Amino acid sequence: MSDLRTELKHNIIEQLNLEELELADIDNDEPLFGDGLGLDSIDALELIVMLEKDYGIKLTDPEQGKEIFASIDKMAEYIEANRTK
Amino acid sequence: MSKGNYKITDFVHIKDHRIFHGKEQVFKTEKSLGLDQFLKASYKNLEIAYPKFHKMDGLCKLGIIASEVLFKDHFISPDTALVFSNSASSLETDKKHQQAMGGMVSPAVFVYTLPNIVLGEISIKHKLLGENVFFVENRFNPELLRDYAEVLLEAKKTPAVVCGWIDLKNAEYDVFLCLISKEGEIPLSKENLKQLYLFENE
Amino acid sequence: MKKIYLLEDAIISPLGFSTEENIAAVKNERSGLKFHKNNRFPSEGFYAGIIENELLTEAFLKIGEPKKFTKLEQMMLLAVSQVLDKNPDINFSKTALIISTTKGNIDLLTKSSFPENRVYLSELGNVIKDFFGFQLEPIVISNACISGGLALAVAKRFIAAGKFDQAIVVGGDLVSEFVLSGFHSFQAMSTEPCRPFSKNRKGISLGEAAAAILLSSKKPKDPNSISLIGEASANDANHISGPSRTGEGLYKSIQNALREARISANEIDYLSAHGTATAYNDEMEAVAFNRSGLENVPMNSFKAYYGHTLGASALLESILTKHSLLNNELYTSLNFDEIGVSKPLNVIGGFENKKLRFAVKTASGFGGCNLALVLKKE
Repeated sequence: MSDLRTELKHNIIEQLNLEELELADIDNDEPLFGDGLGLDSIDALELIVMLEKDYGIKLTDPEQGKEIFASIDKMAEYIEANRTK
Repeated sequence: MSKGNYKITDFVHIKDHRIFHGKEQVFKTEKSLGLDQFLKASYKNLEIAYPKFHKMDGLCKLGIIASEVLFKDHFISPDTALVFSNSASSLETDKKHQQAMGGMVSPAVFVYTLPNIVLGEISIKHKLLGENVFFVENRFNPELLRDYAEVLLEAKKTPAVVCGWIDLKNAEYDVFLCLISKEGEIPLSKENLKQLYLFENE
Repeated sequence: MKKIYLLEDAIISPLGFSTEENIAAVKNERSGLKFHKNNRFPSEGFYAGIIENELLTEAFLKIGEPKKFTKLEQMMLLAVSQVLDKNPDINFSKTALIISTTKGNIDLLTKSSFPENRVYLSELGNVIKDFFGFQLEPIVISNACISGGLALAVAKRFIAAGKFDQAIVVGGDLVSEFVLSGFHSFQAMSTEPCRPFSKNRKGISLGEAAAAILLSSKKPKDPNSISLIGEASANDANHISGPSRTGEGLYKSIQNALREARISANEIDYLSAHGTATAYNDEMEAVAFNRSGLENVPMNSFKAYYGHTLGASALLESILTKHSLLNNELYTSLNFDEIGVSKPLNVIGGFENKKLRFAVKTASGFGGCNLALVLKKE
């Protein structure tokens, strides 16, 4: 369980070039967008690519992204339920 | 075409892992460092403190570093125009996008496959809402830059212009940016731009 | 203050290989958007305006050897040659060549019988320069989707300052896998032909085209002529791919262009928008137009006829705007269903004859750039 969350944090830092962040800086329930980590629209698109590339999940409606990427916890839950890789 | 009393107020060079502010070297690293490491080291040394930097491509990182040095000692009006040029457009990043095209491409890479994005990044960081243009030439063209900067200044479309050359090709770069306004000692001329540009090769 | 006239022009597109053919097509609400198969897309393909290679080759054979030139070069050379045909006495030592493109010959990165350096935009400039014998060094502008209009502004600024007497501005871009894959990753592509400003818009359709026009300070013999009386560009300083929610840069561009033109918003008879049909662009434009007092001006987007032709778009659409004024004709904003932006707009619902004098053309692009042009019928 917690392995996926760690893996996600690691992937996010790397994929989104969040160089100045450590794994410990990201809380599991912290908002990723808006005030939290301050991710933007391009980051959201990158996460959609990551979902497909790393976990085999194709998001048919990118609008779902807002809920799925709300926090590390939310992402992990969604991936666990839907991953094909 | 020369008129008006415009000056090269300040200038910056980045080449061979050395950063010059005017004629003074302000930072350097070993030439053996890779481009990414040089850029990171410069970012840290200049205390830029702007996490978005790390998402940018090489061309934009060069532009942010250069403008940071250039703007340091001046009030930069939000109406300042940005008139940049290079020979390779965004080819470095284009090739990166091209390589990914067999599978899933990265939107964060694709967004940088336009040379004018560097104008956008500088505008965002420094809140500049001025005129922009990106020219692609086969070599540094001081006449074009002087003429266009003068046209903008004379027509009062802008109080100041940042113009210059910012090229990145096969991990080799050449950056020369000038701040043009009514302040300063060096008159804006094709000759002076050329001389200052060549200075970096000493 | 020198007046800058927009003289002979040419459009090379899926809707025709001349301005006349293109205007006729637009008047009849014909779209160049067709479905093209491509496995990258979940819907197995995409809609775009693509020029048929055989038709292009056939047309190009009349002026040159197709094997020696890339598709984009053939398109741009054809456009320039049509303008030059109408100006046989042109002085190549006093006429600038200004080129607008976002990606140029980017398809050469994939497969190529052409030398590697052909992908450089300055090379594209040299090919066009050498084909016709222009003597001044070409000026190449690559500034995202405002490039075509920015090239007009740069031409006007330089002619007014006396750097040269006149300029041929040519713009072009291709529908390439490079760009398709990129916009697809941006979730920006519509699964059906694009619907600018509409409630049901789902994104862009891409297009390819080339367009060329002659600008001069010399008063044309024809009393019916169009001049470029105002132009301005401004950055949003907001985000590199998302437009400003308040339409800051576009609003500023429009204000500055109108100020230079010395006319006010209520004198504008027609507004030719950028209207790419993404959720954010069209909304931003609606905000900027309302802030500028242009919400009642008859307006359209040409993107549903051509798709988004990138570096050609603002130039191609400025030419259509010019002919709109000359002909006193307002062309339908194709594929519009019902208003889908939060501010009111006067979208042209069907072809109309109307007396027109002043028009505003706008464009916006990645990197936060924006542009406004003001055209006047003399």
